Amino acid sequence: MNPILSPLSRRGFLTGGALVVSFALAPRAFAQLAGGGEGGAGPAVVAPDLKGSLKSAPWLDAWIRIDADGRATVFTGKVELGQGIRTALIQVAAEELDIPPAAVTLVTADTERTPDEGLTAGSHSMQDSGTAIQNAAANVRMLLAAEAAKIWDLPVGQVSTGGDGRLRAPDGRTLSYGEVAARLSLHVQAVPDAPLRKPSDYRTLGRALPRVDIPAKLTGGAAYLHDMRLPGMLHARVVRGPSVGTGLQSPDLDTVARMPGVVKIVRQGGFLAVVAERQWTAIQALRHLQRAAYARAAQPPLPADGSGDAVAATLKALPARDIAIMDTSDPVGPAVRSVKARYTRPWISHGSIGPSCAIAQYMDGTMTVWTHSQGTFDVRRVVAELVGLPPEKVHAIHAEGAGCYGQNGADDVAADAAVIARALPGRPIRLQWMREQEFGWEPLGPGMMTELEAELGADNRIVSWRHAVWSNPHNNRPVGAGGVLAGNEADPPFPAPEGKPIPMPEGDGSRNSNPLYSFANTHVVYHFLKDMPARVSALRSLGAHLNVFSIESMLDELAAAAGIDPLAIRLDHMRDERAREVMQAAADRFGWPKRVKGDGRHGCGMAFARYKNLGAYCAVAMEVEIDRETGRTMVRRAVAAVDCGQPANPDSVRNQIEGGLVQSLSWTGREAVRFAPDRRASFDWSSYPILRFDDVPGSVEVVVMDRPGAPFLGTAEAAQGPSAAALANAIANATGVRLRDMPLSPDRLKAALGPV
Amino acid sequence: MKRARWTGWAAGKWAAGGALVCLVGVGAFLGMAHRSGLPAVPPPKAADFPAEMLTRGAALAAIGDCIVCHTADGGVAYAGGRALATPFGTLYSTNITPDPETGIGGWSKEAFKRAMRDGVSRDGRHLYPALPYDHYRQVHDGDLDAIYVFLMSRPAASAPAKANELIFPLGFRPLLAGWKLLFLHQEDFAPRPDRDAEWNRGAYLAEGLGHCSGCHSPRNIAGAEKTGSDAYSGGVAEGWMAPALNGSSPSAVPWTADSLFTYLRTGVDGRHGAAAGPMGPVVHGLSRAPEADVRAIATYIASLSADRASKAPAAADRAAEAARTNPAGATLFAGACAGCHEGGAPMMTEGRPGLSTVTALQLDRPDNAIRAILQGIHAPTGPAGPAMPPFAASLTDTQVADLAAYLRSRFSDRPAWTALETAAATVRKEESQP
Amino acid sequence: MTVTITVNGADHALDVDPATPLLYVLRDDLELNGAKYGCGLGQCGACTVHIDGKPAFSCLTPVGAVAGRRIRTVEGLGSAEAPGLLQQAFETEQAAQCGYCIAGMLMRAQALLDRNPDPDEAQIRAHMQTNLCRCGTHMRILRAIRRAVAMRKGVQAAQEIRP
Ligand code: FES
Ligand code: FES
Repeated sequence: MNPILSPLSRRGFLTGGALVVSFALAPRAFAQLAGGGEGGAGPAVVAPDLKGSLKSAPWLDAWIRIDADGRATVFTGKVELGQGIRTALIQVAAEELDIPPAAVTLVTADTERTPDEGLTAGSHSMQDSGTAIQNAAANVRMLLAAEAAKIWDLPVGQVSTGGDGRLRAPDGRTLSYGEVAARLSLHVQAVPDAPLRKPSDYRTLGRALPRVDIPAKLTGGAAYLHDMRLPGMLHARVVRGPSVGTGLQSPDLDTVARMPGVVKIVRQGGFLAVVAERQWTAIQALRHLQRAAYARAAQPPLPADGSGDAVAATLKALPARDIAIMDTSDPVGPAVRSVKARYTRPWISHGSIGPSCAIAQYMDGTMTVWTHSQGTFDVRRVVAELVGLPPEKVHAIHAEGAGCYGQNGADDVAADAAVIARALPGRPIRLQWMREQEFGWEPLGPGMMTELEAELGADNRIVSWRHAVWSNPHNNRPVGAGGVLAGNEADPPFPAPEGKPIPMPEGDGSRNSNPLYSFANTHVVYHFLKDMPARVSALRSLGAHLNVFSIESMLDELAAAAGIDPLAIRLDHMRDERAREVMQAAADRFGWPKRVKGDGRHGCGMAFARYKNLGAYCAVAMEVEIDRETGRTMVRRAVAAVDCGQPANPDSVRNQIEGGLVQSLSWTGREAVRFAPDRRASFDWSSYPILRFDDVPGSVEVVVMDRPGAPFLGTAEAAQGPSAAALANAIANATGVRLRDMPLSPDRLKAALGPV
Repeated sequence: MKRARWTGWAAGKWAAGGALVCLVGVGAFLGMAHRSGLPAVPPPKAADFPAEMLTRGAALAAIGDCIVCHTADGGVAYAGGRALATPFGTLYSTNITPDPETGIGGWSKEAFKRAMRDGVSRDGRHLYPALPYDHYRQVHDGDLDAIYVFLMSRPAASAPAKANELIFPLGFRPLLAGWKLLFLHQEDFAPRPDRDAEWNRGAYLAEGLGHCSGCHSPRNIAGAEKTGSDAYSGGVAEGWMAPALNGSSPSAVPWTADSLFTYLRTGVDGRHGAAAGPMGPVVHGLSRAPEADVRAIATYIASLSADRASKAPAAADRAAEAARTNPAGATLFAGACAGCHEGGAPMMTEGRPGLSTVTALQLDRPDNAIRAILQGIHAPTGPAGPAMPPFAASLTDTQVADLAAYLRSRFSDRPAWTALETAAATVRKEESQP
Repeated sequence: MTVTITVNGADHALDVDPATPLLYVLRDDLELNGAKYGCGLGQCGACTVHIDGKPAFSCLTPVGAVAGRRIRTVEGLGSAEAPGLLQQAFETEQAAQCGYCIAGMLMRAQALLDRNPDPDEAQIRAHMQTNLCRCGTHMRILRAIRRAVAMRKGVQAAQEIRP
């Protein structure tokens, strides 16, 4: 069976198409780009007046090619992670080119074919790539119209399009895009002001088109990297101790070398892998090697296990660099009430359902790596340094993996596969991590804590607001060999680089610590902790999960203390009109004024945030029912409202918000990575349980605000913070008990409720 | 589907002969069968409950595990309605919330204590010994008061009793008077002066509220527990063997108070295996009970087999020999079990029990091993915890038999099990009847 | 050793170690993508297939144990061109995010519908308990199953079956 990674074969790409004159990418540079907003490396900005990723890749032919038959091939540096971006970008391109979506072929991140748009992360894809493709397509349509006008000798204003891939003259004559494109070169730079189609004329954008990737996923089609089968492919397993920082002491290599079907044992420095003809053989060899005793190398202790106090103690023991985030001072009246509280979040696993996988092949001096990393171009940089090849000799291609929600094992496994492939030239190597390896080795979402103190004046206005957040860097994305496990195991090792904070306005641990509300006298500080007791990196929404949880919990604590309605205290402090509308929309759909009142067992809560204060606005309201005997919380219903600017595909937006909400309930209500003194003790779904069907809400409704033509705002992470806080607020409303340490688990709630 | 622990007559041996014994008893003592009703009282008020008593009552209720039998699947806590499957038909647990109409809201403290000790409802009807009043009668007065207070502080739920579906003539409750006359002996808990306070506390809890011997002792033909030297020599609950806890304990490694504590608290001990079947809910309750009480229970129970602690047999693992004698089982094990239970598997690295010390493989009968294979094991203490997937859909009875034979020969020094395929078929049949 | 298995109605004679979990045989030998490796421990359901009509974890099923038994994978429910009824319902509800769990979800749900064509909400949730989804697609999966039930009954109006 052929691996089908994109409908367009590489060969077809190189030989076909009239418009690919030369393939122009921006100069390679390692400057930080907005791309991804979560570190990683990215291309330099070369055209600052253009929009989205056109800033760094301004040439139109880097984005769009029109075939002789009028089909468009669109290139994006972003990747499908299950968020539906493929469909959304096709819709954007189809709309601005004014052709049917079926006439668009989308090519996602490939270091030899697409622009480098940095990471697919931080809810940036629509902002970066969507905006770039929108404007590039508008440019292309403008050029096509101008060329047709030339052919017909008409003023350009008289040429129109009709959504069918043809240009029209007023007298009824038409020309196909293919014919016109054949006369054009798109190797021109975009202009910033190509006219966009009017929202009232939209044919494709804003419609709930079915996602193009779903049919294969429902029917066993080749949908994932995991499904690729290359001729001569071998199966590998990499062998390490049970969790990051441990090593096997003397694995029994001799026995494994004699196992029938084992092709090679790859051992270089501290790196060890076994390669076999069959997957099952590789697994059995791995299990045999894993019988060896393991030891943890001398390093700082792992985080303390358990309570919020343990999380706080671990973090507070680390040296901090203080970064001022916000400082305002306003003259106000005296405070009549003040509330002070500490909130914590433990270390959380990404926990992709499919463990990370990669395929690598080293042939004729070139390394090809198929990866589901969020940073395809970063994989090239990492692999090049790791196996000692110039970057242009490494070809990294994205293929879909299981949902990843941040930096899971994808980058590490790609590097592992490349090291193995380098040792076995010619044969494609498929490497998949085992479930326990994913749990044991992936970078976790960092444990965090906040301390908030707020004061309320006599008029129920907040007169002072202090927010301090302690966190490890969430930005340890690999940009060189030192960022992946195989690099740290090389001889000599590539040292792991020091984690760096991501500056505001994106922020990492500080993300969303700056309230969007207008509070007087706001002081926000980020205690950045560069020394990491556990391997950590980006997890969906980064610090926003705990920061929004803290801010929105604190607002309810104040409201409860003063007897104010939770919606009212929010609206009273919010000047941003769109934020107000989103809160109101959620409240209206929820029936906030007529909601169930807290009675010991039932209650409601709401919360709001604008992701990073730059992305989508999201408000969540939910109703819970508490089983006081067990402390179990059931979410009876949840309503979310989201404003993400012009929604490319409202159903995909709904899907993301529903999914984010449910996932956040799992993180917030259930999850914590357990640590033993010498290793992570969470290694499977029984030691790291996540939400199952019996605990998901009775219903989830999502209201998508209609914002025709408004700029795209990233959506995928918008629900994490508000959902977490709405849960805590609903529990507090129902029981009078305020839980401030995640997870808000049944055991913790039961302990707080006592026997009564 | 998880079924309730059936603590009363679940021995499964209470055949017609047992019924006859009762009938005879009843014929002779029908006069005693009548018990008077006690007047309904207004439910006590929440304000009357001292906080200390509530906390104590909650802890005791956790040890007694009241919530398990008295809550239907997905139902309101303590509102009853749970089906208790017995060899004599199905009993439904009753509503013990303080609802005045359908619960125990109208019960005075005295009525409650009479039910707990004598097995008589407030209205004078005899209660089936599914409620282990034979044990509860040993519970101190003050503790029963605390449990009463705790139950009376639960939210009232209206849930009328479901009609039991018992075989004739057991629906006729006065028969129970005869059973009680024969088997219910007034015995207060008597502390042993030669033992320390912890041991005595453990004995009090285990014999009374915990009613451990209800499952771990054999029962006579009328479904009453055997006592004396037979106590704790192993019983049956819901088709699962409840292993002996006395000197005849079959565990590969002797129990210690520490390992029992870990087991009772977490549902798994590295040298004995995981709590399965009806032991799951017991652990669920104990995982939430006061730590000192669970330690005390562990101390007491471990002392029952203290005389065997010295003769610790070496744990067996004869992989090569077992593969030779049971090649089919070895293949099944490699594909279905090794991913968790073979050396180098992550679960082994993480300190879960190796099969050579799992008690299920050391018992005289294969029932527990077969049940675990077919039905799997639910994590008893919550979503985190030892669990095993069921293999009923993927393995045939012959394959289960091959696998069980292999496991026995590899991980135990004891005689091979027989009639494995029949045993597998029996368990499977029972499972498919919902 | 040769093992003959019947997958989606077709017989395949394979030269494999009979201990090999069915999952790897389906994926690597028969090149069927539906069943996925998620945990290999019987904890997530991503590898769910039917064996003689019952849902089973193919990651823990030695291929030698299913010789001669009927195996059905998601490919047996329908294709992208001609999707089965449950697949259509998932498509209509757009019940996937990354979709890695979905083939297992489909097989798990199909087993319920084969046994009980009209399950209520509690039965659906209890039955689906075995399978994990990390993307939080649960609400849509539940909707899709309800939709399939309704489609079977001939009720087409989407609005009526939304909660
Ligand atoms: S892969 Fe089989 S249950 Fe997870
Ligand atoms: S859709 Fe991604 S795991 Fe379920």
